Amino acid sequence: MTKAKRKRLIYNLITFGLVVAAFFILQNMIAAKTISRSLKGQLVPICAWIVMAVSLNLVIGFSGELSLGHAGFMSVGAYTGAIVSGWLLEAFNMEDPVIRLALAILCAGIIAGIVGALIGIPVLRLRGDYLAIVTLAFGEIIRNLVNVLYVGVLDGKLHFSFLNKDLPEGVTMLVDGAKGAVKIKPISTFTAGFILVMITLVVVLNLVNSRTGRAIQATRDNRIAAESMGVSVTKYKMTAFVTAAVLAGMAGALYGLNSSTVVPTQFTFNQSINVLVFVVLGGLGNVLGSVISATFLTVLPEVLREFADYRMLVYAVVLILVMIFTNNPTTRAIANRLFAPVKALFRRKKPAQPEIGGGDAQ
Amino acid sequence: MIFLDHLINGLSLGSIYAIIALGYTMVYGIAKMLNFAHGDVIMVGAYIAFCGLQYWGVPPVLAILLAMVVCTMLGITIEGLAYRPLRQATSLAVLITAIGMSYLLQNIALMIWGANPKSFPTTFINSASLHLGKLSISSATLITIGVSVVIMVALTLFTARTKLGKAMRCVSEDRGAAELMGINVNRTISVTFAIGSALAAIAGVLLCSSYPILQPTTGSMPGIKAFTAAVFGGIGSIPGAMLGGVLLGVIEIFGKAYISTELGDAIVFAVLIIVLLFKPAGLLGKPMREKV
Repeated sequence: MTKAKRKRLIYNLITFGLVVAAFFILQNMIAAKTISRSLKGQLVPICAWIVMAVSLNLVIGFSGELSLGHAGFMSVGAYTGAIVSGWLLEAFNMEDPVIRLALAILCAGIIAGIVGALIGIPVLRLRGDYLAIVTLAFGEIIRNLVNVLYVGVLDGKLHFSFLNKDLPEGVTMLVDGAKGAVKIKPISTFTAGFILVMITLVVVLNLVNSRTGRAIQATRDNRIAAESMGVSVTKYKMTAFVTAAVLAGMAGALYGLNSSTVVPTQFTFNQSINVLVFVVLGGLGNVLGSVISATFLTVLPEVLREFADYRMLVYAVVLILVMIFTNNPTTRAIANRLFAPVKALFRRKKPAQPEIGGGDAQ
Repeated sequence: MIFLDHLINGLSLGSIYAIIALGYTMVYGIAKMLNFAHGDVIMVGAYIAFCGLQYWGVPPVLAILLAMVVCTMLGITIEGLAYRPLRQATSLAVLITAIGMSYLLQNIALMIWGANPKSFPTTFINSASLHLGKLSISSATLITIGVSVVIMVALTLFTARTKLGKAMRCVSEDRGAAELMGINVNRTISVTFAIGSALAAIAGVLLCSSYPILQPTTGSMPGIKAFTAAVFGGIGSIPGAMLGGVLLGVIEIFGKAYISTELGDAIVFAVLIIVLLFKPAGLLGKPMREKV
């Protein structure tokens, strides 16, 4: 086994191990009733945000494209989940919440994936900042469209209506325009959330360590070089984008089916930025980092309830400082010097080699 | 007649977008970065003018000047503290920093002025309206369109004729070469931020004169739309920003009037996407050649 492979295996094992351990500890705490009420209510949202952060990391960290509309896919997923779950209950009297949840999450993933593919075709022709702004535009368009969507179910048939509430008499409303998806029966469970997180980790970690994943990272590192080596840039960027959309849709369904209503204003541009903060603070291209930062940053505001007013202020300052400290040549040099003794501790076999040609190319 | 009414409203809104878009496009052309915090500078400018008019009782012209001065200093400070250390960083890092800065400004405004919307005093500008037959145009609309025309002409002359304007064009063309020719790049970028922020202050006052609700998030939607306008016209191009801004304002008003009120924003963004698909560099932008 090569050194790189071993390193990757250890990293993956730590990632899975931590998530599984956290799940069992929390399960025991729930069984023993030692968990606080507010934390218990946060468990499913935490799972949803972890999936969001990991999937966005796939787009930003691995494929190197800044997407500012990730919450749009979550909203597609949440609405699809609510409609499918409501329809199954009304039309087939399907009481079993587990099958209903599974089907809802599956459909949400499929629909979000289709939307992601439709958006990806035009978006991925653009580059850099243009791409960022177009994903933002798509996020806003999705929010606008969902705001005027009306869905009802009557005699087992779904009725859709757009712009005005033009539905037959006596329908059971599932989605009611600006009021959002209404009367959802909350069926999400922590176990379902855990399974979804595990699926996400398996998909993303396997993807980035595969041939496809290496191609995705090559297009990030140098588009022109990758293209001249025969890597189809559009195809691989599309793979990353659609996979992320599917996962975000599933997270949306999980999140939406955890409460009794879903409103369009839950999935604004700010929510996309929130997920972006998780990814950036966890480390671009670091899956475990995304998991940890999504967990902590979701729990933190609950813990620091009295400082809730300053939460976003602190977020903003931390975001700016992290970006400056990790990207400025001067501060990076200082940090490297400070951490050099610590790094030397972990470097056992090889003696410290002088770096040839300097660390980071400017 | 209704059509003309909508057209004039669209032109007025479009002129505001154009002024904001000018700030985006100048900064992008020279510093090659998306200044996401620009929309929030608008909001700060509007709040300063609001305080001047409402609390301190200064005359309108002085209030606007005060807002411009504060925003100019704010723009230079933001550039110096947050963006200058990242001159060599990837565009992703700079963009995320700018988003952080946008959040910071919004939250500072939230702490100072609170979340409750303030109603912007519009009496100083809405005193009279012009009647042309059945058509009546409010003075706010006239002033908005007039001011933006003046700004556009002045800015075009500035970049074309003055030494500083030439320096700005040089830096935007090739930063390294400009530095070798003895142009102080950092100062030129600072000046660009200063001009952009002063324009943002004016835009803030004009925006709130037409839509007099002021809250910490006031600037974000117009900011995003003006940015869309800048991309639409070809980012980095000054005439492009003007054209994009005006077109976007007209499209938005017509979309809201003739298609659907709720879908106004969606229409604006859909038009942007369609334009970018056929002209990836925007309407007046120059396509970039990639070199290895």
